[in-house]
Amino acid sequence: MNGDTTKKSIPYTVPIGPVHPALKEPVMFTFQMEGEVVKSVDFAPGNTHRGIEWMGMRRNPVQIVHLTDRICGICGIVHSLSFARAVEQITEIEVPPRADYIRTILHELERIQSHLLWAGVAAHELGFDSLLFLAWRVREQSMDLIENLTGNRVNYGIVQIGGVRRDISNDQIPLIKQGLAYYRGLLDQMKTVFLDDSTIRMRCRGHGLLSYRDAQLLCAIGPTARASGVAMDVRHDYPYCAYGDLDVHPVLPPQEFGGPHGDVYDRIIVRLLEIAQSINIIQQCLDNLPAGEILWEKKLPKLLLTLKKAQGEAIGRVEAPRGECMHYVRMDGNDAPVTWKVKASSYSNLMSWIPMLKGEQLADVPIIVASIDPCMSCTDRVSVIRDGGSPGYLTKEELTRLSIEKTRRIEKCH
Amino acid sequence: MKLTKSFNRSLWVFHLNTGSCNGCEIEIVATITPRYDPERFGIRLVGSPKHADVLLVTGPVTRKMAPKVRRVFEQVPDPKLVMCIGTCGQSGGVFYDSYNLDGPIDQVLPVDVYVPGCPPRPEAIIFGVVKAWEKLERLEAAQ
Repeated sequence: MNGDTTKKSIPYTVPIGPVHPALKEPVMFTFQMEGEVVKSVDFAPGNTHRGIEWMGMRRNPVQIVHLTDRICGICGIVHSLSFARAVEQITEIEVPPRADYIRTILHELERIQSHLLWAGVAAHELGFDSLLFLAWRVREQSMDLIENLTGNRVNYGIVQIGGVRRDISNDQIPLIKQGLAYYRGLLDQMKTVFLDDSTIRMRCRGHGLLSYRDAQLLCAIGPTARASGVAMDVRHDYPYCAYGDLDVHPVLPPQEFGGPHGDVYDRIIVRLLEIAQSINIIQQCLDNLPAGEILWEKKLPKLLLTLKKAQGEAIGRVEAPRGECMHYVRMDGNDAPVTWKVKASSYSNLMSWIPMLKGEQLADVPIIVASIDPCMSCTDRVSVIRDGGSPGYLTKEELTRLSIEKTRRIEKCH
Repeated sequence: MKLTKSFNRSLWVFHLNTGSCNGCEIEIVATITPRYDPERFGIRLVGSPKHADVLLVTGPVTRKMAPKVRRVFEQVPDPKLVMCIGTCGQSGGVFYDSYNLDGPIDQVLPVDVYVPGCPPRPEAIIFGVVKAWEKLERLEAAQ
């Protein structure tokens, strides 16, 4: 976008974004190209920063739960669950077992719809638009289920501090089972469509490589890390909700496909296998669904009073469809939390774009960028805006100064 | 602003995210998929604002996006309509007290059709496009 970044000698600078048709969210890329080959890449997020944490520090936790829904429209459960878990740890609220199971069921339904959404987007980036439409048609089944259980297709608002707002009735259980049977029947077909297609294999195998070591160095998480062979999954390593009772293991690319390569193809495999895993988890949850209450405290004033007295800090960790999502909350006996920090899953994954894109052709950029399933609205927790149209970068010194100032500010609160 | 006959069966739409939470985005993409299939009426998403008749704007317009929103709006050829999808574009929604907003959208662009909801259902989005169409037809009749 900036005139000074384009110069007329090798390497050529190709700016893409922030508004572009490939990604639905604004993010600015600057590629240094030699012919068709990407020599280096830089990206500038921060376009969708809405100051959510700042707003949250002026609202009470029950109001914040609705704000967390709107951090990201795809991971509605993830953020609200993660925040609720942090607050529940501070106030030592014990979530009833039935609520834990309902949270798990919805969490996994969300994973199914998110991975199908991604499969469609990936197909679109590869040029298979009919596959995009097929994947999204199949996805509607999970959206119907989510709507039936929560009352909304997106931004469910089902998580409450200390439980969930809606119960799953006995009439709804056959519906969920029907949905699971539908996806079970489709899985083989989807594997054939995505994994046996020679064009998809040629476009994806060996492209967008992220080595095991790079994945660890750059702290990649979720399916991006698992496709590179890093066996990590919060649901397995640090069980929350009902996952402690269930059989959950990190999904790695299986041996029959030659083990983990860490390329785009492996990321497709991991996500498809995770859909199968989610179906299994929901089935296990339905088989063991305990009876009982769904809320720790039904009366809102009583809940708010408990939250107001809360003092302490905690971290809520959740395995989002894109990787680990983490909310840090600190409360000091006031209505609103003193500090609320959101570390969304894509934040850890974005840096892996840089080794992935190096040496690739420009035409492979869309699918490689999409392969980590980036979510900018989750990630943009800061935005630098300066008058006079300067690019808005922070140098390391400025960043350190800001950090020190913030520490001093928090110290004063005590 | 003269409408040509080709408007009658093809309304092309460009989608612009101005800092939305992605909820409206996935509902817009869900709208163009087979269950709702608005392409049978000639409504389709296009990849460039220069090809579009209607600008679908989502999100509360963050300060970093505001100049880019204006620039994209200028690139859409006349006659054009602006549709605002989602509550946060109309009033700020849950983000009403944020420090980083230049919006709501009507502070930045002239909006013709509002589709409320957080996010609106695909049916509501299609209904909004139909309203936009009716507005174009009224413009045509007035010529």
